[in-house]
Amino acid sequence: MTDILSIAPRPSIAPGKPLLEVKNLVTEFALRTGAFRAVDDLSFSIEPGKTLCVVGESGSGKSVTARSILQIIDSPGEIASGSILLHRPDGTSLDLAKLDPRSRAIRSVRGRDIAMIFQEPMSSLSPVHTVGDQITEVLRLHLNMSKAQARTEAISLLRQVEIPDPEKALDRYAFQYSGGMRQRAMIAMALACKPQLLIADEPTTALDVTTQAEILDLIKRLQQSTGMAVLFITHDMGVVAQIADDVLVMHHGVAKEYGPVEQIFHAPQDPYTRMLIGSVLKLEQKAEIRLARPPLDTTAEPILEIRNLSMHFGEMKALNDVSIALLPGETLGIVGESGSGKTTMGRSIMRLYDPTGGEMLYRRADGKVVDLAKLGGAELKAARRELRMVFQDPFGSLNPRMTVAQVIGEPLLVNGIARGKELDERVCHLMDQVGLDPAGRERYPHAFSGGQRQRIGIARAITLNPRIIVADEATSALDVSVRFQVLDLLMRLQDELGLAYIFISHDIGVIRYMCDRVGVMYRGRLVEVGEADKVCNAPDHPYTQALISAIPRPDPRDRDRSGRFRYIEPSPYAEPSNVKNGSTAR
Amino acid sequence: MLKFVVKRLFWMIPSLFAVSFLAFVLIQLPPGDFVTTYIATLASSNEVIDQNTAASLRERFGLDQPMLIQYFKWIWGILTRGDFGISFEWQQPVSGLIWERMALTLILALVSLIATWALALPIGVYSAVKKYSIGDYTFTAFTFFGLSIPSFLLALVLMYVAAVEFGADVGGLFSPEYETASWSLAKMYDLLTHLWLPVAILAISSTASLIRVMRANMLDELPKPYVTTARAKGLSEFRLLIKYPLRIALNPFISTIAWLLPNLISGSVVVAIVLNLPTAAPLLLQSLMAQDMYLAGAFVLLICALTLIGSLISDILLALVDPRIRLE
Amino acid sequence: MVDVSITNIRPDRAAVASQWQLIWWAFKRHRLAMAALVVTLAMYIVALVPGFFAINDPIMQNARSTFHPPQRIHLFDTTNGFQFGPHYYGMKLTRDPNTLAAVFVEDTGVKVPIAFFGRGYTYSVLGLFNTDIHLIATTDKTKPLYLFGADRLGRDVYSRTVQGAQISLSIGLVGVFLSLLLGIVLGGISGYYGGRIDFVMQRVIDFVLSLPTIPIWLALAAALPQGWPATLQYMMITIILSLTGWAQLARVVRGRFLSLRTEEFVAAARLDGVSEGRIIFRHMLPSFSSHIIASMTLAVPAMILAETSLSFLGLGLQPPTISWGVLLREAQNIRSIATAPWLFMPGLAVVVAVMALNLFGDGLRDAADPYNK
Repeated sequence: MTDILSIAPRPSIAPGKPLLEVKNLVTEFALRTGAFRAVDDLSFSIEPGKTLCVVGESGSGKSVTARSILQIIDSPGEIASGSILLHRPDGTSLDLAKLDPRSRAIRSVRGRDIAMIFQEPMSSLSPVHTVGDQITEVLRLHLNMSKAQARTEAISLLRQVEIPDPEKALDRYAFQYSGGMRQRAMIAMALACKPQLLIADEPTTALDVTTQAEILDLIKRLQQSTGMAVLFITHDMGVVAQIADDVLVMHHGVAKEYGPVEQIFHAPQDPYTRMLIGSVLKLEQKAEIRLARPPLDTTAEPILEIRNLSMHFGEMKALNDVSIALLPGETLGIVGESGSGKTTMGRSIMRLYDPTGGEMLYRRADGKVVDLAKLGGAELKAARRELRMVFQDPFGSLNPRMTVAQVIGEPLLVNGIARGKELDERVCHLMDQVGLDPAGRERYPHAFSGGQRQRIGIARAITLNPRIIVADEATSALDVSVRFQVLDLLMRLQDELGLAYIFISHDIGVIRYMCDRVGVMYRGRLVEVGEADKVCNAPDHPYTQALISAIPRPDPRDRDRSGRFRYIEPSPYAEPSNVKNGSTAR
Repeated sequence: MLKFVVKRLFWMIPSLFAVSFLAFVLIQLPPGDFVTTYIATLASSNEVIDQNTAASLRERFGLDQPMLIQYFKWIWGILTRGDFGISFEWQQPVSGLIWERMALTLILALVSLIATWALALPIGVYSAVKKYSIGDYTFTAFTFFGLSIPSFLLALVLMYVAAVEFGADVGGLFSPEYETASWSLAKMYDLLTHLWLPVAILAISSTASLIRVMRANMLDELPKPYVTTARAKGLSEFRLLIKYPLRIALNPFISTIAWLLPNLISGSVVVAIVLNLPTAAPLLLQSLMAQDMYLAGAFVLLICALTLIGSLISDILLALVDPRIRLE
Repeated sequence: MVDVSITNIRPDRAAVASQWQLIWWAFKRHRLAMAALVVTLAMYIVALVPGFFAINDPIMQNARSTFHPPQRIHLFDTTNGFQFGPHYYGMKLTRDPNTLAAVFVEDTGVKVPIAFFGRGYTYSVLGLFNTDIHLIATTDKTKPLYLFGADRLGRDVYSRTVQGAQISLSIGLVGVFLSLLLGIVLGGISGYYGGRIDFVMQRVIDFVLSLPTIPIWLALAAALPQGWPATLQYMMITIILSLTGWAQLARVVRGRFLSLRTEEFVAAARLDGVSEGRIIFRHMLPSFSSHIIASMTLAVPAMILAETSLSFLGLGLQPPTISWGVLLREAQNIRSIATAPWLFMPGLAVVVAVMALNLFGDGLRDAADPYNK
């Protein structure tokens, strides 16, 4: 780690003077129906060594802003007006907005003065070139290094981004790296020419929260040692609070608010910013609806009891001896990172997978207990009327070729419960229940927004008066302002219909807001189960502690990272098992 | 990589076996056998063969045995002695008749393949990069035309043009003086001067389909994030294009060998018959008509085997250029 | 999600638009494909009642018209001022003084008016009833009109080409339909069940695809007895063509099935208690039917080309059956086409038909998935 100090900062311009000044930037996409303004009259500036976060929900134009600076906007987008002034260390200034996107001038800026990293490190790296090839390319292009020089430099770069065994890693392909390592390689590539400004376009969105924390740390440390400025694009207010000096809040291409991070979080001026911060803070605590509820009867017989459930896909143990119980009316959270087996668990309960072993004892309304793992045919069909599921993807989970009425009404129709006029009436009632206008029932799913589609999915789930609903990442694809509305709807329905939820999520905020109890999954095993408050605030298991410590708190005053560490599974073998995954506790 | 090649080679065995069986079944399909046809031919010139002679003929050629036995005898001869049996019609071993013609078939197919690639690759890339330009539309029009004209019709039209406009006979692969001559440099040159026409005819339709493949591949790759990454590094558009999207679009392009070769060989059959080329096709047609089963069988078998080898080569090439397959 | 803005459709209409409507809107924007659709429809209408569009009886021979050149139709009559009066001129047979070869010369003295919806030879409409009404008919039976000229036996190439459309175009449809049956059944089984069945089926499909089709067709077609009736021949040829054609379609069907199997809306339907049959027919089939139709449309021209090639080589349909391939056999030797280049006209019909179907299928394929833009 001493290597970081070896990067000599390039001579930078006097502090206090901005490095990059964007004035009245307008970026438009020429469409058939006319020009669409993705970025509308935007102005901001970045000083050396500082971090500016551009934050916004989907469709806010934040990514187009980042790409406008380097003039790498996807066709047919182009800068319509405004200026992007880059002040170079030698005292010259360059208006990037005036340059031709294919000109030599802008190309010498790209990768050299301003470098960029992207959201999807896998697809952002070429699949058929070695990582080393892609790093040395920049060095040879901008710094005219020889092959050997470039290779030596690339190895040192990989070492700086803490990739183990850099000599070997250099000759590997991106698909042989893990997700976090890929993003590190991307960073190494971006930093190769020691740029003045690093543009990071949602660089941690595709990563798990613990990996995200490490990448953020890495960027911070590299920034401190090189003095570069960082333009960080994100939708995650927690990340903003942790790393930003200044914040630009965007909505539909327009700047809503621009100011120091302290002001944005603690004295927001704009109503949109306030709504955004409010939505985020809401998820920092228990939902109001739940606070008003009487305490849960913990002595009741569990409605579902999972015993030693296992699900193996060949060698891979996606679920390894999992036991947990669900009480009537309870919301049980299942939290874990990607590959932890939480989705497999939901799908096994619904019997979309046939579990390899174990029992899932379901207590029916009449008190009779059946093992879901062993049901088949008509019995399984009957059980599935009482256990329902809400899916993650609001687009993929609705058949695009069926109207909303057909989607919601199908369970009633195929189970022979209602047809004709009665079916229509019940569909209308269901849509009312989930807050959708029944007049839109003849529309197709493509006419609805993500949040509305998720409401359709919920309406379908409650159609058959179920007793348990398994919600698999039901709000992950939604913007934060929509997210808690859907969560509130789920809780309201819980009160009205007496539902028990199994709520699967990677998002501790959502779990804290929504759940009574929570189970934490790690590599197919359930490592900790407890009261949501306890697990979210003072967990027992080291993995949970590591997970909680990695979550960026949406408060710029709470930036203490000293408690953060990576969990290393105690290995059954003598050798350290996690070397590949990078540095140990720091 | 070695494991991959060995595995792939192993897969060839059942395929080759299936192909040989298929070839044998195909030539056994027609009702009657060669002797029946032979008798019918003789009968038309008022010669009569008695039952005994027919039976002895059948016995000599092994036609009186069950099909499976005949098949195993046939395949055993091929595997151990390179003996494809006897051509009834030509009254000589099949192996003496086929090799030169198969070699010419292969040369024709390979030259067409190279011509196709040499044309389709740059045009496909150009069309994708300059999408919706006049050049793109021109090439697209060409591809649709190339796909729509049957190769034999193209051959006929070109023959017509050559005969009527230039008074030249463009059939065959050799000038008359070289037809029976042994191989020499002069004969090779003569071959080349005759080869261009069938190659052009064959290459037109395959080039048309390959341009579309290449264009689609490139259009798939161009908007990928890694292209943006390369652009953000400061690479020039041309260098970037060559190094990244083109390189990756090449992979599915290479795998086209697997179906391009069968197509070319298939197409060359019709063209060869029309242009009367000394390749396998005219003899195959003739032997099929005459139910000269061992000769026809040898051709069908070898042509099918050739395309199987083509797909083997394309798979190995693909593994060579694509680390995702190689390092799987 | 559907990008309504690019289709110029009002959002409230798009909201209630079914997939076929969305596909149609997307297809309509594709001008060339629309033109191809019109041509394709026109050709199939001709193929449905070729007799109506023919002028002379396609099987009638006329020794005096051997290699009769094509004639022009003059739309306007200028003898009494300028007025609409479609007509053609009779032809005189003379001899070239040097070569003594037969030469036809237009005899402007003999003007034969053309009758629309006039009467000509009697033909059967789809085997339902007989009529003798034709779109174009000559008013003088002794002076036949040869739009595309005549062949070696003095038969009208135009009428034969029109008649040939029936067999050539329908053989593509029937062949593709057979391929589709095989492809859907085998590809569907492969994609729906997956696992080992899929693995074996994949190998079989790969194998069939790697076979060179024409030598196999030749061998199969050579096995057909020569004396079979035309309809039986027709059926056998289509079966032979679809024996190798199914693999491509099976691969498409399999791919669709496999990707749909993992779609969440299919899993959701299963949880809704939807039966397997209803999942396939209500959820999966509508999702890939448009792709299948597009693939089919693109397979038809390949079939047409195949039939044409086979018949041309003499191993497909046999005269007196009239198909474009059979007609092109007349153009087989260089001497015939040097004297009568109009024998290529059926070839032009092939090119037009195949091109129209290709363009149409291409546009359809582009429009086939309105949801993944």
